[in-house]
Amino acid sequence: MSYSIKQAFKQFFRNGAMSTASVFSITAILLILGLFFLLVVNVSNVAARIEKDFDSIQVYLLNETDEAAAQYMIDGLMAMPEVQEAFFLSREQAMADLKVRFGDKAYLLDLRQENPLPNSIMITVGLIEDADKVVEYVKTFEGIEGLTYSKETVERLIKLNRFIQYAGLTIIFFLVIISVIVVSNTIKLMVLAREREISIMKYVGATNWFIRGPFLVEGILIGLVSAGLSVGIVAFIYYKIEDVFGTDLLVMLSSGLVPHRFMIENLAAIFAALGVSIGACGSIISMRRFLDT
Amino acid sequence: MIEYKNVTKTYGTNIGLEDVSISIEKGDFVFLVGPSGAGKSTFVKLMLKEIEADSGSILFDGAEITKLSNREIPKLRRSIGIVFQDFRLLPKKTVYENVAFAMEIIHISPRFIRKQAPQALSLVGISSKAGKYPHELSAGEQQRVAIARAIVNNPTVLIADEPTGNLDPDTAWEIMELLEHINTRGTTVVMVTHAKEIVNKMSKRVIAIKNGRITRDEQKGAYRPEEDEAEAIEAADGGLPVL
Repeated sequence: MSYSIKQAFKQFFRNGAMSTASVFSITAILLILGLFFLLVVNVSNVAARIEKDFDSIQVYLLNETDEAAAQYMIDGLMAMPEVQEAFFLSREQAMADLKVRFGDKAYLLDLRQENPLPNSIMITVGLIEDADKVVEYVKTFEGIEGLTYSKETVERLIKLNRFIQYAGLTIIFFLVIISVIVVSNTIKLMVLAREREISIMKYVGATNWFIRGPFLVEGILIGLVSAGLSVGIVAFIYYKIEDVFGTDLLVMLSSGLVPHRFMIENLAAIFAALGVSIGACGSIISMRRFLDT
Repeated sequence: MIEYKNVTKTYGTNIGLEDVSISIEKGDFVFLVGPSGAGKSTFVKLMLKEIEADSGSILFDGAEITKLSNREIPKLRRSIGIVFQDFRLLPKKTVYENVAFAMEIIHISPRFIRKQAPQALSLVGISSKAGKYPHELSAGEQQRVAIARAIVNNPTVLIADEPTGNLDPDTAWEIMELLEHINTRGTTVVMVTHAKEIVNKMSKRVIAIKNGRITRDEQKGAYRPEEDEAEAIEAADGGLPVL
């Protein structure tokens, strides 16, 4: 083991140009991968929050429907397993909420003498997919004026999110394959440079794993160095993005970026694992031909 | 010690060995002669399990080589030392390191290496050059280093593939004396060669192969001109290829 590690470090530095070249190639690939990771995680995060904001159904009540009738409806709704929450929203409360949302333009609402808003019932469903069922039920009620719910918006959002996730995964998959090829080519060159030594090792009776050892460690080393570099760069980029857009995004999407600590820690763990696997796979693949017999 | 029973090996339509049966006893000194492409290399490669026999059985020290798993091959090779025509030393390692390397890679303790490697160097008479690099040595000296490397792990068999092919006659004789000395210590020696004078003068067992078959097996044999037809070609051929 110590022999492998010693040899691997020696080779890594002796073949400086080659090692550097593959470290940079893999760093570049991991960098793209990392940025995709940032994108996918943040889009999922935003999508999840928006989904939460929009998975409610608002049922507008006719003026002649009184609170007791509304309470009857709420009881019926609450009995449904699909419904997470249902509560009565009075027209006064609705106006107050609206004024809050208008902020310093709230005086505009005072221009109207009469409150035009109806009483309503707010329903939150557990799963957005169940919204249709709840809506069907609500439509059987007497005394409602209408209802709104943003199922389509949410569904579109979910679709977009899925698409980005799948696209991200596909791109990540291909990038990983490219990394493996890059490492295996580097190792292959190093193996070729030491073919004579390997053939002698085989004649003297070294085991395949013993011969493979140093190259394996070297591949892993290349993978780890690249992982470290790319995590550093991605972290730097993420801090910058947070600096520039962090608060603006918060306002625009009612959701901030995923905290950098969570992001970078996870990214570091993923990249370390990825770097080790890329390096190990690359060197095992490139050694195969030389260890046939 | 080494026993081939009805061994056949073909490469497509080309015959490597055909129905070869032979037995080499422990402590034997055997010359393997024959024209280029006759099957000498196939014979040696089969012993090292570099290639697989199509049929037949090869026993090495009682173990069936043809049935060894890939995992067991290194163990087999540790009991066989090999010397090549072109020495195959590592150019960036000193004489001592070249020999020690053969021990390091099979996990021998550094302490034992420090004891054993100098002994091997002294056995081949090259102790004074221990700190030199291969390119600083003469061809004969390089071959001595190669022999030291081949025997340092005390193999039961030493295979010498045209060990004198690159050496002038005087140096060749020195190497032969060394091989004979190693043989008298109990190591079985199998030498593939074209050197007529050496075969004749040593008067050891000669196994001649031609077209994949053993044509002659004599205890105190000599080299025969009719087996010599392709000497020039094979000599230039460099013996065993790289694994």
